Amino acid sequence: MQRRFALKLTTAALAASGLLSLPAQAQDTIKVGVLHSLSGTMAISESVLKDTVLMMIADQNAKGGLLGKKLEAVVVDPASNWPLFAEKARQLLTQDKVAVTFGCWTSVSRKSVLPVYEELNGLLFYPVQYEGEELSKNVFYTGAAPNQQAIPAVEYLMSKEGGGAKRWVLLGTDYVYPRTTNKILRAFLKSKGVKDEDIVETYTPFGHSDYQTIVADIKKFSAGGKTAVVSTINGDSNVPFYKELGNAGLKAKDVPVVAFSVGEEELRGVDTKPLVGHLAAWNYFMSIKSPANTEFIKKWTDYAKANNVPGHKDKPLTNDPMEATYIGFNMWVQAVKKAGTTDVDKVIAAMGGQTFPAPSGITSKMDEKNHHLWKSVFIGEIRADGQFNVVWKTPGPVKAQPWSPFIPENKGKKDEPVVQAKK
Amino acid sequence: MLIRWLLLLWAALVLAAPAQALTQAQARALATGDTASRIAALNELVVGVPDGQAAALIQALADDAVKFTDTAVFVMKDGKGFDPVTGAEVPVPDAAEDVINNNQMRSELDAALALVKLQSPDAKLRLEAVKTLASDPSESKLPLVEKTYAAEQDAQVKEALGNLLFALQLSSPDTAKRLAAAEALGSVGTPATKLLLTERAAVETDPAVRSAIAAAIEQIDGRLAWGERLGVVFTGISLGSILLLVALGLAITYGLMGVINMAHGELMMIGAYATYVVQNIFRSYFPGAFDLYVLAAIPVSFLAAALVGAVLERSVIRWLYGRPLETLLATWGISLILMQAVRNLFGAQNVPVENPAWLSGGMAVMSNLTLPYNRIAIIIFAMLVLAGVAALIAYTRLGLFVRGVTQNRKMAACVGVNTARVDTYAFALGSGIAGLAGCALSQVGNVGPDLGQNYIVDSFMVVVLGGVGQLAGTVYAALGLGVLNKLLEGWQGAVLAKIMVLVFIVIFIQKRPQGIFAMKGRSAEA
Repeated sequence: MQRRFALKLTTAALAASGLLSLPAQAQDTIKVGVLHSLSGTMAISESVLKDTVLMMIADQNAKGGLLGKKLEAVVVDPASNWPLFAEKARQLLTQDKVAVTFGCWTSVSRKSVLPVYEELNGLLFYPVQYEGEELSKNVFYTGAAPNQQAIPAVEYLMSKEGGGAKRWVLLGTDYVYPRTTNKILRAFLKSKGVKDEDIVETYTPFGHSDYQTIVADIKKFSAGGKTAVVSTINGDSNVPFYKELGNAGLKAKDVPVVAFSVGEEELRGVDTKPLVGHLAAWNYFMSIKSPANTEFIKKWTDYAKANNVPGHKDKPLTNDPMEATYIGFNMWVQAVKKAGTTDVDKVIAAMGGQTFPAPSGITSKMDEKNHHLWKSVFIGEIRADGQFNVVWKTPGPVKAQPWSPFIPENKGKKDEPVVQAKK
Repeated sequence: MLIRWLLLLWAALVLAAPAQALTQAQARALATGDTASRIAALNELVVGVPDGQAAALIQALADDAVKFTDTAVFVMKDGKGFDPVTGAEVPVPDAAEDVINNNQMRSELDAALALVKLQSPDAKLRLEAVKTLASDPSESKLPLVEKTYAAEQDAQVKEALGNLLFALQLSSPDTAKRLAAAEALGSVGTPATKLLLTERAAVETDPAVRSAIAAAIEQIDGRLAWGERLGVVFTGISLGSILLLVALGLAITYGLMGVINMAHGELMMIGAYATYVVQNIFRSYFPGAFDLYVLAAIPVSFLAAALVGAVLERSVIRWLYGRPLETLLATWGISLILMQAVRNLFGAQNVPVENPAWLSGGMAVMSNLTLPYNRIAIIIFAMLVLAGVAALIAYTRLGLFVRGVTQNRKMAACVGVNTARVDTYAFALGSGIAGLAGCALSQVGNVGPDLGQNYIVDSFMVVVLGGVGQLAGTVYAALGLGVLNKLLEGWQGAVLAKIMVLVFIVIFIQKRPQGIFAMKGRSAEA
């Protein structure tokens, strides 16, 4: 009995020392966490972002790594399950001790991991357009804030060139991003003199596929004045909606629909005929002609072919969140070089003011204070081949307003993360 | 296509006559610059009736077949460039960019083309042109429309032109004209007219005209209300027919056989993917008959799903009869396996399934009621499948065996029915019908690995509500739920409608657990 106990003790000690010695070896690499859903409903959109990060890591390692060390990807799969995002984030920060994480798509997943990153002082790059109303010291938002996507799009539709819309249908899937965006848009439209009866807000459940009633309502509503539809419908529910619109005889030039969640990747599995002429607002389109974009597309094409990325090996596509990931990764590398360390606080300090030639053709800048990128806004019309024609763009990069001035409660909020005193 | 040919023919005819010629400068102004200046150039060009070259250039612009460089404009045809003024073939430099039209430019181009068409000798084309102009009436077209109206011979076109004239006169500075227009427009009754009247009402100052406009709007509203009511009924039936299709297979596997088949949705998905595969085969091997692919896909999707169903029954489900909990878990596991298998085969992305031309668009029954062809086709298809299944169960030997086995398995076995084989056939039949539902769903929604997940709850709801073991109950429940859902959606929106329907079903099942129709006789207690 005694002997067995002693034996156990020795094994335990050995195991412990073995475990302790592991991180020492791991110091030779810099770990980069990838927190994107690879299964479940969001896999369609998110899995390609994982590949984008892997491509960037391979690229950086080919250039000789960072600070003399190789980068190492730690890929976890939160499986489109919001609470699991928080668990996986904790695992990345405490077990794997990643220097930085690229991840999340839906706002609810970001909200789920946010307390973890703030508690453990991690660093997260979030690459998707979102509803704003958030600013954390530990997060860099490389996607668009509402004033960098939604508001310019609505301004365009109000302009003579965009059709001079007078009445508005705000149509969305029922969750936080569409609700908040529509709240901001409603306040914005009111500030432009649009009356309440000229705005309808309609929501559908996730995965809704029968848009007959909604299209009939839009048709009826549009008889009261020039109407435009602002769609925050999530992902693939858009397709039955556009199909129904086309079959009901509502054309893009009669009732234009501008979507904030329809990009090149979403149009891949789609018969684009009924969509042609409808609009999307993004900060990047694959069809933009710029040297940086040519390089980006070539890199992605080569990577997708070499690594058999499903779908992309035959028809490589790039989109806005991929571009945002690309810019974010490059800026993080620059910031680490500037700081000379991967220490989170020093990297955060070095991030402000970083610039990078973005594939969208502008020089993208990380704002000195507010953790958001300056971005140009493009309005694109859907083409039959699933790409976009840019029909309008902002004259220059727009500064992000994470706290929308159109929400009254935001008055007086500071345009930079509030650092809480350490306990 | 025909219209375009006629137009070209007509353009060629006009070309022979001396007309206002298109200059290089005009062509450039039309193709390049910002939208406002291009529209100005276009309006300048269509003050007179645009001639052949100008019409051809406008048509090419509307077709997105024009390129430009800093110095020249090219009309593209079959990959070759032509000079818009001389019509001679010219080499196109690589740097040439596509002319991009936005929606405003496009509707201006369409209106300009309509003006060209208005002069066509074909009455049908003229009528179409009037419709295009009526959808976006602008005052600048008034003199031309007046002239055409005076010269028009065809009664139908003349009436349409008259209405268009009234629409244009609604913003005339002459009060008497406005009054006459407002009074006349009430009888036109299209949503476009209502839009026009509403817009005018907002700026109108003359009280007589105001009240005439209000009366006209009321008159139009009365007409439109009927279209709306019929629309709600149609959408309800359409949703009901989809619910019927997705539930019918389950009515057999769950209703008659008692297998809680959580993989039912995935069998639909297999049917939808079978449709996708057939579509691709037709596209690569029989492009001429592409529009018929759906017809070929119907039997293929049935067989594919039935085969998978038969394999499932033989390998898994038949060991689990009478153990509903194990069946539930096993079939749920199977559904996950099937989904992942499809992800591995076809990728996690949705796959594109195109509507053939005859299922695209819709039939305009009333000015504000368009019935989409794909929805009509699905209603008819659902009825046919229902009739087929009912006949199969009621009149065939297999149907007799299935009924016999479900009513009393031991007794059926005693009189020599091979119950195991009947089970397999019945399960394959239910699965095959799920495949047919998948084929139909591919025409209205997305085809992806998760397709079945969106319908599994609905299909169980329909079967349970209708009464387990009753085909008739399934029909009533499906149509009832469809219409109820659409009525509630029109009233309270999609999210609340869904909740209210679920609450309704919960309460209904509490009060009447056996569903709308109860099984009668001994088997009900079994």
